[in-house]
Amino acid sequence: MEQTITLQVQRYIPEQYPEPYFQSYEVPLRKKWVILDALNYIKDEIDGTLTYRWSCRMGVCGSCGMMVNDRPALTCATFLEEYAPGPVRITPLDYFGIIRDLVVNTDDFMGKLKRAQPWLITDEAKPLSEGAYKQTPQEKAEYEQYSMCINCMLCYSACPVVGLEPDFVGPAAIALAQRYNYDSRDEGEDQRNEELTGEGGIYSCTLVGECSEVCPKAVDPAGAIQRYKATGAVEWWQSVLMPWKGKS
Amino acid sequence: MARYGPKEHDVLIVGGGAAGLRASIAITENHPELSVAVISKVYPMRSHTVSAEGGAAAVIKDDDSLDDHAYDTISGADWLCDQDAVEAFVKEAPEELLQLEHWGCPWNREEDGNIAVRSFGGMKIKRTWFAADKTGFHLLHTLFQTSMKYDPIQRYDEFFVTRLVVEDGRCQGVIAIELATGKLEFIAARSVILCTGGCGKIFPFTTNANIKSGDGMALAYRAGVPLKDMEFVQYHPTGLPFTGILITEAARAEGGFLLNKEGYRYLQDYDLGEPKPYPVLRSMELGPRDRLSQAFEKEKEKGRTIEGPYGDYVHLDLKHLGERKIDEKIPFVRELCRKYENLDPAKEMIPVRPVVHYVMGGVHTDINGATPIEGLYSAGEAACVSINGANRLGSNSLTECLVFGARAGKAAAEYAAGKKKFSDGLEKIVSDEGKRIERMFFSEHGDQSESIAGIRKEMHQAMEDGAGIYRTEDSLKSSEKTIKELQERLHRISIQDHSYTFNTELTSAFELSYMLDVAEAIIRSALQRTESRGSHQRKDYPERDDEQFLSHSLAYQTGDGTPRVEYQPVTITRWPPGERKYGQ
Ligand SMILES: Cc1cc2nc3c(=O)[nH]c(=O)nc-3n(C[C@H](O)[C@H](O)[C@H](O)COP(=O)(O)OP(=O)(O)OC[C@H]3O[C@@H](n4cnc5c(N)ncnc54)[C@H](O)[C@@H]3O)c2cc1C
Ligand code: SF4
Ligand code: FES
Repeated sequence: MEQTITLQVQRYIPEQYPEPYFQSYEVPLRKKWVILDALNYIKDEIDGTLTYRWSCRMGVCGSCGMMVNDRPALTCATFLEEYAPGPVRITPLDYFGIIRDLVVNTDDFMGKLKRAQPWLITDEAKPLSEGAYKQTPQEKAEYEQYSMCINCMLCYSACPVVGLEPDFVGPAAIALAQRYNYDSRDEGEDQRNEELTGEGGIYSCTLVGECSEVCPKAVDPAGAIQRYKATGAVEWWQSVLMPWKGKS
Repeated sequence: MARYGPKEHDVLIVGGGAAGLRASIAITENHPELSVAVISKVYPMRSHTVSAEGGAAAVIKDDDSLDDHAYDTISGADWLCDQDAVEAFVKEAPEELLQLEHWGCPWNREEDGNIAVRSFGGMKIKRTWFAADKTGFHLLHTLFQTSMKYDPIQRYDEFFVTRLVVEDGRCQGVIAIELATGKLEFIAARSVILCTGGCGKIFPFTTNANIKSGDGMALAYRAGVPLKDMEFVQYHPTGLPFTGILITEAARAEGGFLLNKEGYRYLQDYDLGEPKPYPVLRSMELGPRDRLSQAFEKEKEKGRTIEGPYGDYVHLDLKHLGERKIDEKIPFVRELCRKYENLDPAKEMIPVRPVVHYVMGGVHTDINGATPIEGLYSAGEAACVSINGANRLGSNSLTECLVFGARAGKAAAEYAAGKKKFSDGLEKIVSDEGKRIERMFFSEHGDQSESIAGIRKEMHQAMEDGAGIYRTEDSLKSSEKTIKELQERLHRISIQDHSYTFNTELTSAFELSYMLDVAEAIIRSALQRTESRGSHQRKDYPERDDEQFLSHSLAYQTGDGTPRVEYQPVTITRWPPGERKYGQ
């Protein structure tokens, strides 16, 4: 007989039950199956009402993040076998409002991304007729790591500050700001600093570092925040001691 | 004049992938006074553009020319594309990619800081811009992030479109379900652009994401727009066997070999040139996708492929490239192999098989993205302009999304700027649609009940068996019969999930119904094209027949499961049909 494993999945259907509850499903334990394959098996073969997000099944669209045994993970990039003999607990990402079952509310996160002003800011628009900016491979390497974020939100679920301080802009948004700050084509650092050194900005971070631990794309948001604090602090200090700075 | 309140826009774009986002920016930059909105069933950055790996083609180097790009595209397409569209495409391509550069896209660079280009299958000169092997990811995030700076662009994230509202001969909006609440809404718009992507999920083994179910194609088809050239479905020769995950062509462009069971570079037996230890453009592993996928099938017939639990496969060998080159040029390939196949391509060979990748056909449009219905436009993989003809060249379609996304955006905006009045009473369509959904998917059928997964599986089987790499009249007829039966049985599914909140069982049922409609168009168009061209290979008609079939097929829905197929001649400007030659 085929080996099986039990998934304990948190359910929440607001119109039907006021509180989340757990439901267990037994699924085949197949080689090469990721957690997401097991969820799809449940949806197709056992219970069509189970609800979660997914799309690419190749770890790049960022939609399938959940807590697997209380740790944030991309379920399409996590082998089921690693959890044998089970049971495995699947719950929605921590610190987000739950819409239903494993689907969390993303609106707040989207707003935070926008706070980072994640677009190229220049003092003057460069006309297309001038051709491409030059950027050496070394210059590109400066920001490359921070450009790899797939917006999966795992780092938010790993961050205790996000839990305590809902306004905290959070690891991915700060990494995204750095992605542009360190881009040789960009001149928007001051503008972003204004936003990110204020309320709910980088100084809320208490350097727990879990964000970088769980990041599936090695973005290292903790490193991005560290680097930010270094520059952010200098800017702040300069504006106190040299009031003319930035006024010219 | 009817007004439809806050959910009323000048231009509504369905789809937040490369094509949809490019269109939205083009509109707001050219017509800041217009109200523009993007509606998408997933958050835009989850759109499947995100998974594109290899790159985007456009001429920028001195050794290249627009005519060379056009010729490669046209011969790659086996002459089934419209040459006026191809000429516009190659001409506007460089500016579009440059625009992306100005928006911050991290294109790979040469040592001196200039844009780097790589070779790609079927292209005789290196012209593919790339951002490592995550080009689609970077392109999509750059577009999405840039779109955030334009406040006029409104978004309906996680809204699922169920039908187009066409009244008085004009498209005047859509009906959509807001997933979070289950509310069915009418969103009025003076023009609508369908940028809903492809339909690879009709087939069992595919590089396509779960969301690629041909929604926009089916929506247009149901509204009376023909689907063009649907028989042309591209198999990518190198997907991972179980998951269908793509191993990008860039792996071969960097020098990877395809080996059969005996370790032999079998492509040399199929008119694709001589094996050289280094990659040669338009030759061997860098031949076009249709020819490579067909060569695999022939090897399989000869018993020279390797049997596996998920079908036969061959090997893609990258070991000789070495760890450093792999990490620098195709790091994502290594990441995917490690994560999903548990192997390291720097040390082991990768098992690969042909998998469905892209559909050349789509919503019939002209060179500006306009469909035959007033106010309705389409761009990107959902549309068929056509520049891809019988076989798309790798790295042309991201560029296509940009060029024709921008073109459709401008055309739709101009049309909307005419501020035609909305018809009266459109909101009534919402309650009709609600009743239709109730009847379609929530009726009780007792022990006659069908399951979504069951029908989907049978559809997959029918498409793989009958409409795969090689087709015959018999195989297609038998698949056509199955699809018709499945369409009947679809009416007997009863959804278990009665919640209004994020009902993905309902959206899966819709997606299945869309796929079945598109499948019927694929099969019928394939049956009636009694020739072999590009990706459409008929065993019973192995030759190309320009006399009869140098023309686009246009499949119209008739309602009885057998579409009516008409033909429209291909536009030839400067390149008369010739023989497709590779390996020389
Ligand atoms: C693995 C892979 C690799 C590829 N690599 C390359 C490459 O290297 N180079 C290249 O040129 N091309 C490549 N392609 C092809 C290319 O990526 C696609 O053709 C292109 O990205 C399609 O973009 P799009 O904007 O048309 O659609 P998509 O990006 O698929 O977006 C479709 C949008 O429509 C929305 N939508 C769909 N249905 C509905 C509905 N019912 N209601 C509301 N919204 C809806 C979706 O939410 C989504 O936002 C690749 C494709 C794949 C699968
Ligand atoms: S930084 Fe990493 S964990 Fe956080 S959202 Fe981005 S990819 Fe996910
Ligand atoms: S499904 Fe796309 S990241 Fe997992």
